[in-house]
Amino acid sequence: MRLPYAVDRALVYAVALLLAAWVLVPLYFIGLAAFSTPDAAYSYPKALLPVAPSAETMRFFLDSRGVVSSIVNSFAVALLTIVIALLLGAPAGYALARFAFRGRDAFAVLVLTTKMFPIAILSIPLAVTFLQLGLYDSIVGVALVHSAMALPFVILVTSGVFVAVSHELEEAAQTLGCSRWTAFLRVALPLALPGLAAAAIFTFVISWNEAFASTILTLRSRTLPALVLTALDQSPITFKFAGGFVMAAPAIAFIFLMRRYLLNLWGGR
Amino acid sequence: MRGVSRSFGRTPALRTVDLDVHDGEFMVLLGPSGCGKTTLLRTIAGLERPDAGAIAIGGRDVTSLAPRDRNIAMVFQSYAVFPHMTVRANIGFGLRMRRTPKAEQARRVADAAALLGLEALLERFPGQLSGGQRQRVAVARAIVMDADVMLMDEPLSNLDALLRLQARADLKRLHGEVKRTTIYVTHDQVEAMSMGDRIAVMGDGVIVQCDLPMAVYDHPATQFVGGFIGSPPMNFVRGAMSDSAFVAEGVRLRLERPPRAGGEIVMGVRAEHLRIGAEGLPADVLVVEPLGSHALVTVRVGGVPVKIEAPVDIGLRPDERIHVAVDQARIRWMDAATGTAIR
Amino acid sequence: MTTGRMSVRWRDDALPLALLGPAVLYLLLLIVLPMVQALVLAFQGDDGTFTLEHLRRMTGDVAFRDAIRNTLVLLILIVPAQIVLALVMALLVHSRIRGHEWFLYVYAIPLAISDLAAGILWLSVFTQNGYLNTVLQALGIIKEPIVYLSYENIAMVIGAIVIAESWRATALVLVILVAGLQLIPRDYFEAADLFGASRLRRTVHVVIPLLRPSLQSALIIRTIFAFTTFAAVFALAGRNLPVVAGEAYNWSVVARDPHVAAAYALVLLALAGAMTMVYLRVLGTSETQRAR
Repeated sequence: MRLPYAVDRALVYAVALLLAAWVLVPLYFIGLAAFSTPDAAYSYPKALLPVAPSAETMRFFLDSRGVVSSIVNSFAVALLTIVIALLLGAPAGYALARFAFRGRDAFAVLVLTTKMFPIAILSIPLAVTFLQLGLYDSIVGVALVHSAMALPFVILVTSGVFVAVSHELEEAAQTLGCSRWTAFLRVALPLALPGLAAAAIFTFVISWNEAFASTILTLRSRTLPALVLTALDQSPITFKFAGGFVMAAPAIAFIFLMRRYLLNLWGGR
Repeated sequence: MRGVSRSFGRTPALRTVDLDVHDGEFMVLLGPSGCGKTTLLRTIAGLERPDAGAIAIGGRDVTSLAPRDRNIAMVFQSYAVFPHMTVRANIGFGLRMRRTPKAEQARRVADAAALLGLEALLERFPGQLSGGQRQRVAVARAIVMDADVMLMDEPLSNLDALLRLQARADLKRLHGEVKRTTIYVTHDQVEAMSMGDRIAVMGDGVIVQCDLPMAVYDHPATQFVGGFIGSPPMNFVRGAMSDSAFVAEGVRLRLERPPRAGGEIVMGVRAEHLRIGAEGLPADVLVVEPLGSHALVTVRVGGVPVKIEAPVDIGLRPDERIHVAVDQARIRWMDAATGTAIR
Repeated sequence: MTTGRMSVRWRDDALPLALLGPAVLYLLLLIVLPMVQALVLAFQGDDGTFTLEHLRRMTGDVAFRDAIRNTLVLLILIVPAQIVLALVMALLVHSRIRGHEWFLYVYAIPLAISDLAAGILWLSVFTQNGYLNTVLQALGIIKEPIVYLSYENIAMVIGAIVIAESWRATALVLVILVAGLQLIPRDYFEAADLFGASRLRRTVHVVIPLLRPSLQSALIIRTIFAFTTFAAVFALAGRNLPVVAGEAYNWSVVARDPHVAAAYALVLLALAGAMTMVYLRVLGTSETQRAR
């Protein structure tokens, strides 16, 4: 059975658009719910178009106790996580991309294994350790766990980025008066910067989204997901809608910014 | 360069290489893929460390020095032009690293750009240049350094055929003008023949022969060299001596000056030193390839295919039986077991 | 020479180890140490001696068996749905249709959304006064709103969770599959009719076998992650549907019993560890296949 070409094309695009709608429509709904009045959140049937946009639900959410400080905490944890993961991961990714050395394969396996290791679960025993170390209920403690989660991804992305920057460029710089270090700084690093930025964004995403470890390792210094998760039982639906929107909306920008590196993160096994 | 060797794991890439390059000379390192020529060049540059041996430039031992302290300049196969810098910044990069005074930097960059015809492109980024232009930027970036030695790693191999011809002539002219000592790596024997003051033919991690281009062509030191240099490569027929005649499968060639060797030997002779005529060795025509200026005729002699340069209007057909006369003064003899030339 | 050169790496032992060292140490410190700690917590009594009491408390809890069962049920429903959905998306993106880059971008958006946020997103759809009922009623399919998320109708709750998790985590499978498709020579995708029998047959007989390594790793990664997600379940079902990770969370955060929580952590690690072993096995065999 062969379909006429035009019909076949139409079907292909119809399916592609349908799947796009499947992804986008729930995002649209949560945006709609987050930017309507609290009354509208409880009313039925709901308006399917933004006929009466209102910031009231969002304001209620942001005025709730602990929300603003949890957003600040989320940012602080994420930034600290980026610093730790990039400082540890970028050199490792560079080594993986540039050098042949003993133990290279073993290291590659370690990275691939930890990539899928449920590190967040380890926050349960870590909570006890952190309590002894004075890291419990601190931004630093959460960032330590988050950077362990992000580290394998940072290593894989940076290694992919540096593989794409030809080693001959660095060698050329060395023959032109650079040391190995200045050749890296002046040639490899500037060229790798967009990729490193993508790694930083992905690290931010991991930390920004993480709820399990953040909840278990904190008591008062909640991050936003930790706050929303612990409040699920007692909070009104407007609080959930606004919180869900604030957590999910950045994804649209994040994925856009790192769209060229998506396949590096999970591809290549 | 004395007794340089280098191995990767258990595979030796260089096996005790000795090489002397004279001041101002254009030395070509020629060899097939994986023969170690690039490793040798990178070792001279300091990008690879030799396991043993020593390298001296202008009487100065540089074996343990970093690339930047060797006063060398290198043109890479991929050109390695920095994509995030303009042509001007690329050419001036080395001078900036050496903290050359600004005014002198500008003057020397302008000179190098003029030498390579890049004046109009100085503010462009490499992404906006063609392959040939990028290659010239790479050469200018090396020239500007006034280095003791210029190292070139197959700088023309990524250009298309026509451009390569042009760039080859340009590089030769450039060397004539600046007289910089140059070590040039290539796998293209035509490039080697046309550009080199001398050619060092490499095979399997050693320099097999190092001599003037015509000497390498006329007197290959081994069967490998004869088979690598020349287009078509030298013909080889394996046989043995018997009563001052060379005997191979179905042929017997009486020699005016027989070689002093016994046992199995190989006769090497180039296509232009064979003539199709009324007498000589009996042969069967296999293929006739007209090439414009001449025709290349492949015949079977002594059980092996042999290529002959013939006039383009020779008018032969496959399977025709002909006779091949040999210019005996141009025959080269090799030991069949070792492949080395018998003098 | 040109081909061999691309893979040339600098040969050196000291520098790369110095560059890798900190990352390796950090990972080992943050993985091995807490695992030891988890063992101690789970098997050590108040007096410091070995005990199975915490383990018994875990298995004796009413929610334990439910949690394991629910986790497995969700796994069995979610993972195949994701694979099929992601495969269709990946083939569409890979077929280079006009705007394929944008489709990949849109399909990948949920990659950056947490299970908690995804759960809340779909709560706005499935809640009684939500958007699904609104749409269905507007279309005249229902007369009055349906209650989807009630513990009296656990099948519907599970359905909602399956949809929310499929929506979110399909993006991950998609990215793995698109990367895998790029390793397959383009000749296999030449003809143009996606829904004609020939293309369907080619997909089943040619593309899927070639994509096997990617499918396997997607399967395993998704399975491991499915063990550890629970926030979407909390958001949609509250505490009515216990799952393993959720119980670990409850014992740690609500009951404040680190011992039982650690026992749960060990159960999760054992499940994930088993999957990782399978993964390494598969990785090993596919490597040797490639070498051959």
